[in-house]
Formats: sequence, structure tokens, C-alpha cells
Amino acid sequence: MEVINNIFVIIRDVIAVMLGFFLPPTLVEAIIAVLVISVFLGFMTVNVMMQVWAERKTIAYMQDRFGPNRVGPFGLMQSVADAVKLLTKEDIIPTHADKWVFRLGPIIVVSTALMVYGVMPFGDGMVIADLNIGILFAISIASIGTIGFLMSGWSSNNKYALLGAMRAVAQMVSYEIPLVLSIIGVVMLVGSLQMSEIVKAQSGLWFVIWQPLGFVIFFIAGLAEINRTPFDMVEADSEIVAGYFIEYSGMRFAVFYLAEYMSAFASAAIAVTLFFGGWQGPLLPPYIWFLLKVWLIFFVMIWIRATLPRVRVDQLMGFAWKVLIPLALLNIFLTGAILQPWYQGLVQGLAK
Amino acid sequence: MLLTQYGYIAIFLIIAIAFGILPLVIALAIRPKKPNPVKLSTYECGLETVGPSWIQFHVGFYLYALVFVIFDVETVFLYPWAVAYGKLGLFALIEMFIFVILLVVGLVYAWRKRALEWK
Repeated sequence: MEVINNIFVIIRDVIAVMLGFFLPPTLVEAIIAVLVISVFLGFMTVNVMMQVWAERKTIAYMQDRFGPNRVGPFGLMQSVADAVKLLTKEDIIPTHADKWVFRLGPIIVVSTALMVYGVMPFGDGMVIADLNIGILFAISIASIGTIGFLMSGWSSNNKYALLGAMRAVAQMVSYEIPLVLSIIGVVMLVGSLQMSEIVKAQSGLWFVIWQPLGFVIFFIAGLAEINRTPFDMVEADSEIVAGYFIEYSGMRFAVFYLAEYMSAFASAAIAVTLFFGGWQGPLLPPYIWFLLKVWLIFFVMIWIRATLPRVRVDQLMGFAWKVLIPLALLNIFLTGAILQPWYQGLVQGLAK
Repeated sequence: MLLTQYGYIAIFLIIAIAFGILPLVIALAIRPKKPNPVKLSTYECGLETVGPSWIQFHVGFYLYALVFVIFDVETVFLYPWAVAYGKLGLFALIEMFIFVILLVVGLVYAWRKRALEWK
């Protein structure tokens, strides 16, 4: 059982020891890092394809349709077929675009979406870098992606793209504050920013029990940060056609798509790590538990997309500033008050 | 642990950027290239684009950006406080309460001045 639970860590260590016979230790560490990251990237690519398929299939069944069902069993190969198609499509850069900024945009978006996983614990010790500022690193890297959106929207020299980019920035900037504030409650409970510490602190009760308000705020703000329905003002197919990536075609478009789904998965993964005990769970191996929980959260995101209509832009901004931020501040003070010794003394006194 | 944790992050950063470029390089070998002026024109519902796209935009965005900067700096101050909270006791709570109230006054001011209304 122990072996199955730590199988990936064991394989990594065995390879490291074997390489250690021939190579200097620093080089071994670097090779191991590259190997781990490559395995992770392979997993993420397949995972995104599964996400796209799962989203299309789930929404199809919720709308009483079949969804993709032609390519492969249950249409499982649909995403692969789409990827191949996009790979063979012509790459169009408009004459009036700012060419270099146009090319840089998607690269920044996708690399920041990936970097968030740098501190994500997939299991006990299954983390690329367990930074001591873990969660702060994740949210600050995630917000750099906003610059990529602005770059691609601005450089396209297209009115829809500019509108989409401006909306994206305004929305992501507004929802970032409640997102960051809602995490503070968890940090206060743990007393550390390190992801592994946060997971270990939840070996008893999950923090969603202690921080229900914090979780709700985090989830809503997270949905808005990754521009998913009902907060997809940024893309809004029916008004600004696709927003910032309207002028992108072929593989550049695919890269945006990839980044979008990776951010959605990252948002769910952070939610699991902070509020649902991370990789901890009985019987099954930790990495299975982690993926199960993250996929469950992702399913709720799909469910919300199938259920709710898009909100209006003024409602969207008002909701962040007038509802979520005051609530998030309230949550911090409630947490602070509950953590005080006098309060706990009061609770114990009442219990007697 | 010879590489520091940040060494791993640095390697990851390089690979992540390569991950963004690699599909484009692969596509470069496969995709066709037959540009023509109409194909390369800016998309706008099949019509010629009227007027420039790089224009002055609504000042409302700027107001949001200003309020954002204030609150973002506030959250940066809140994080060290949150990490050390368990060791600081009641004084920390009161102190932070005063700090946040000062900022909430700013939020209420922006709210009353209708800076948060989307027009």
C-alpha cells in the first residue's frame, strides 16, 4: 500500500540514485527536475483534452444532446482530432497588428497558466517546488496572465479585441482582491503560506468547514478570474465575438484554449488544496484523491456554465466591489475573532 | 537538496515558455501559408474597418485601476500579518481592524462618489 501511495516519488528517487552513479549531484537534480516537469506537462496536455471532452459531453447531456460521439469511443478522440486540425491551420497575423506583441501574448498567457502548478502538491512530496511562499506565488503568477490578455487584445488592432482585453483587465483586477482576501482566512488558520503545510493542517477537518464564507468567495472570484460563465464577459461570443483572441488562428488560438482550461483546472486545484484537504483521503492513493476532488470541482464549474446566463458588465463589477470585498473583509475579522483565546475560553465556558 | 526550490521554479519557467513556443514551431512545419490582403485585413463583420482601433478608452477603467492598486497593496500587507497572527494575540486583531477600517472608508468614499458604477 505504501508503495502504491508513493509510487511516483519512489520512481523519481530511484532514477536519481541511478543517475548519481555517473553524474555530479547538481546535474542529477537538474535532470530530475526536467524529467518531473516533462511528465507533468504530458499529464497536463492529456488532462486538458479530457477536460474539453468532459465539458462538451456534460453540457450536451444537460442540454439533451449527445455531444461529440463520432471520433473514437464516446467521442473521446474528439479533442485529439481538434488539436490535429488546429495544427494544420494557416497562421494569420493581421497587417495592422503589432506583430511582436501579438506573438508574445499567447506565450505569456500559457506559461503563466502553467507556472501556477509549480507549487501545487499532487500528493505527498509530489510537488515541483514546495516554496515557503507557496500560495502567494500561485496567485501572483496567475495574475501576470492578465498582462498577456491585455497584450494580445491591444496588439490585434481590432475593436472587439480591445474591448475584450479592457473588460478582461477590469474584471480580473476587480475579482483578484476578493480572491486574495478570501485566502487570508486559511493562512491565518495555518500560520504558513507553504502548500504542504496547508494540506497537512487539514488532516483533521477540512477548512471548508471552518471557512465556508471564504470558500464561497474564493470559488466565485476564481470563476471570474478564469473568465468562465457566468462571468465570461471577456469572451461574450454574442457581443464581442471572442474578445481578446478574435484575431488569433490555428495553433495560437489552440494555445489560448489550452491556457484557459489549465487555469480552470488550476483554480479548482487551489480550491481543493486550500479548502478540501488537498491530496488527503482514506484508502485510495493521494494523487487519485487529489484528481478526484479537482475533477469534482471542475464538474461543478461545468454545471454552473450549463445553468446560469451571462451577467451584465455593470452587475459584474458592482458585485465584486460592493458584495464580495466587504464580505471577504468580514470573513477575515470573523476568523481573527474566533482564533482569539478569549473567544475559545467563552465557547468552552458555554459548553460547561 | 542542492538546487534550491527556486532553482526548480527557474527550470520550470524555461520549460513553460518553451511549452508556449513549441506547438507554434511544430505548426510552422505543417501549416500552409497563402496570405492575401483580404485574409490579412482586420476582422469586423465582413466590412472594412472604420476609424482607428487604438483610441482613448473609457476613464472608468482608470478609476477601477486606482482603487485596485490601493486594495492590492493592502492585501500584501495583510499576508505577513496573517502568517504571524497566531503569535500576535488580540493587539494584532485590533491594529489590523483599524488599518482595514481606514481603507474601507476609502472604499465607501469611492462608492459614494459613484466611482464604482459602470457607465
